[in-house]
Amino acid sequence: MKKSRVLMIIAAILLSALYILPLWKITLVAPQYPEPLGLNIHINRLSDGIQFNDVNNIDLLNHYIGMTHLPSIDNVRKGIIEPFKEFTYMPIIVALMILLGIVFGLIGKRNLYMTWIVILGLLGIIGIYDFSSWLQKYGHDLDPNAILKMTDPVTGEIMAYNPPIFGYKEMLNFQVYSYPAAGTYFIVAAAVLAFFAYILYKR
Amino acid sequence: MKIIIKTISILIILVGTLSMMSCGAPTASSNKGAISGNAAEKVYVAPGEHDSHYAFISGGFSGQLSVYGLPSGRLFRVIPVFSQDPEKGYGYSEETKPMLMTSHGFVPWGDSHHPDISQTNGSIDGRWIFINENNTPRVARISLKTFETEEIIEIPNSAGNHSSSFVTENSEYIVCGTRFAIPFPQRDMPIKDMKGEFKGALTFLNVDQNTGNMDIAFQLRMPGFNYDLAHPGRGKSHGWFFFSTYNTEEANTLLEVNASQNDKDFIAAINWQKIEEYIDRGAGKKMPARYAHNIWDDNKHTATSTMKREVLVIDPSEVPDAIYFLPIAKSPHGCDVDPTGEYIIGSGKLSASMTVHSFTKMLKAIEDKAFDGDAYGMPILKFDAVNYGLLNQPGLGPLHTEFDTRGNGYTTFFISSEVVKWNIENLEVLDRQPVYYSVGHLMIPGGNSRTPDDKYLVAMNKITKDRYLPTGPEVCQSAQLFDISGDKMNLLLDFPTIGEPHYAAGCAAELIKDKTTKIYRLEENEHKYGVKSESESKVVRKGREVHIYMTMIRSHFSPDNIEGVRVGDKVFFHVTNLEQDYDVPHGISMIGANTSELLVMPGRTATFTWEPKEVGIWPFYCTDFCSALHQEMQGYVRVSPRGSNVPISYTLDGDIPGE
Repeated sequence: MKKSRVLMIIAAILLSALYILPLWKITLVAPQYPEPLGLNIHINRLSDGIQFNDVNNIDLLNHYIGMTHLPSIDNVRKGIIEPFKEFTYMPIIVALMILLGIVFGLIGKRNLYMTWIVILGLLGIIGIYDFSSWLQKYGHDLDPNAILKMTDPVTGEIMAYNPPIFGYKEMLNFQVYSYPAAGTYFIVAAAVLAFFAYILYKR
Repeated sequence: MKIIIKTISILIILVGTLSMMSCGAPTASSNKGAISGNAAEKVYVAPGEHDSHYAFISGGFSGQLSVYGLPSGRLFRVIPVFSQDPEKGYGYSEETKPMLMTSHGFVPWGDSHHPDISQTNGSIDGRWIFINENNTPRVARISLKTFETEEIIEIPNSAGNHSSSFVTENSEYIVCGTRFAIPFPQRDMPIKDMKGEFKGALTFLNVDQNTGNMDIAFQLRMPGFNYDLAHPGRGKSHGWFFFSTYNTEEANTLLEVNASQNDKDFIAAINWQKIEEYIDRGAGKKMPARYAHNIWDDNKHTATSTMKREVLVIDPSEVPDAIYFLPIAKSPHGCDVDPTGEYIIGSGKLSASMTVHSFTKMLKAIEDKAFDGDAYGMPILKFDAVNYGLLNQPGLGPLHTEFDTRGNGYTTFFISSEVVKWNIENLEVLDRQPVYYSVGHLMIPGGNSRTPDDKYLVAMNKITKDRYLPTGPEVCQSAQLFDISGDKMNLLLDFPTIGEPHYAAGCAAELIKDKTTKIYRLEENEHKYGVKSESESKVVRKGREVHIYMTMIRSHFSPDNIEGVRVGDKVFFHVTNLEQDYDVPHGISMIGANTSELLVMPGRTATFTWEPKEVGIWPFYCTDFCSALHQEMQGYVRVSPRGSNVPISYTLDGDIPGE
């Protein structure tokens, strides 16, 4: 088999790491949390980012400021929150992308490799947009009976708590860091590998 | 007139001379001791930094075990062991009450003595710490993951469990010895007929290496001497245990005189490996006994107390060649074995010299049958045949010796109130430092092992007098920290302690700190009345008993409004802390409950009982400042008259939890 085909197929298979590794990680540090709390966001679930039970512990703290419950496995099972629909269809999309990449590799047409990279890129942009709109909604849609109702000292409006999509933000007593995690690096690696397949393709 | 003037002038001269003389008399002496210029630096642990060593200091007559950091001398935790502790609900909660059961019933207090950490291959391994109780003979095992007491076993046929709880080099055995000889088995007899009739039990507890559970392997029915202290052999002497004795006179009254008559007492050398062989061949007989064995189940969060009925007793006559007596200078106290296992040091507290015996010479003496008679059939070895040498006049009242790895011993002197460093091989005093005052035990981290740590020495004193700010007639107890890394000992720090700091065990922090438990997993909670979520919380009436299956999480109880309780009911609060986050305990207490609060760690369930005596609405609340809304963490119980038909009901925010 041609080297470029092999690279394309490996690139596609790399995406299967997303079923294990998180896409994004939000880290929270506070005086009471010298060992930070961490929230991992996967294609299909939330998971403890740093220590056991981090997801539930963040959820517990969120209730002070009236945030809705996190769509964690525990909360969905208890029926206190609707499942997050992206967690249902993102695994299917990833599966289709893997399949598509393998099929494209088997066909072995140069332009198909680029097509796969473009689709992957578009999906990435849509994904980040979707994630940021979720964070926005999550940070603004607060319970009117919240225990702590803070107003912005400058604008006088009710304070919102959407975490940053990328980088650092201070939220009350928490310092919040949000960065891509291992899963995203695998997507980038897959794209790079597919790009190599595109370049190395011998007519 | 002349005479009067003369007399007055003589008086003036006399008074003047006397007052000048008194200038030379001691006033308040300087008692800074050996403190050196940079001591403060050496004990300074910056805020947020950790100490380098744990020190587990016995709480003595408080019955507990305290945990300190070295070199700062800061107190971290008091682990309740043999005494009730209302702060933690220990001995008050239904789950922990069985820990304090004995053959004499529930005993709320104990006298902690000698902590010792478990060992593997002659070095401290940080799995468990054991500690003995003197008054009601018992030994406890404490987990060094949870820092909780997990097991207490009572020692039958014994009184004054003093020479305990020392550990062999692979934690094969924990020993116990009888300080007050008694009839064995107990019986009604005249006290004055003691001699030859009373016995001293030496008890060997074996340890399950996986669970840590202890059991009595055997009891040696020794002559009725007082068995004071003990240490295991190690290295070449592994397989032997050495016990110091006093009152070999077997006096039953005014012991301070009558037990101080013999010029020499003994160290009993016990070859336990040989005894094991005899037992395998059928030695010993099972004798009836009654002793409590209390075990904490870390999944059920509950202790159970079992009364055991039998013990394997071995008469010394059944195990020839396994027990020898080594003569030792008058009324020894400490009985210490150096890290190589060669030197056995007896501190004759009423003698001018300390005795250093040689294990190698002891084996040769046994082989050569170099005996000097016998005591109740057991050979007494010739003093000269076993003695390595004497440390002459090192101080007054030697008690205990610990060691470094450089061949030095460090001995405490109670009467001259000092610690003396000496070289064992040369029998030469190298340094002496005063302590304030009257030191008992001392501790070098890793003490009872082949690998002591050569950095620190902690002296534990019996008296403090003027050492701290006075607090009325009862002043604090105290320990003193020395740096022993150099040629001379340097006093670094005085720090107050709880109870009497009788003895201690210590080790490098790394051995323990990363393995400690942070939370109990809720999914592993098998408590009979535990619940795993708020929706399972409920109230159930069973005749006159009301069982509340309650949960606590920041910052409320569920349920928090309870009705249908009647005067005369017995109400059980089974409270589960649903938190699964580090350092988020909740507490609970109820007005009118005749017990302590509960302090419940994340994932734990605990129970207290309340018998309401008056009609009304009675509040309960969280006692540990748990969160920003701790003050709001409270609830009400409605108590109706006896015979009332108010039904049981329970709610949280107006609803039945989970509905």
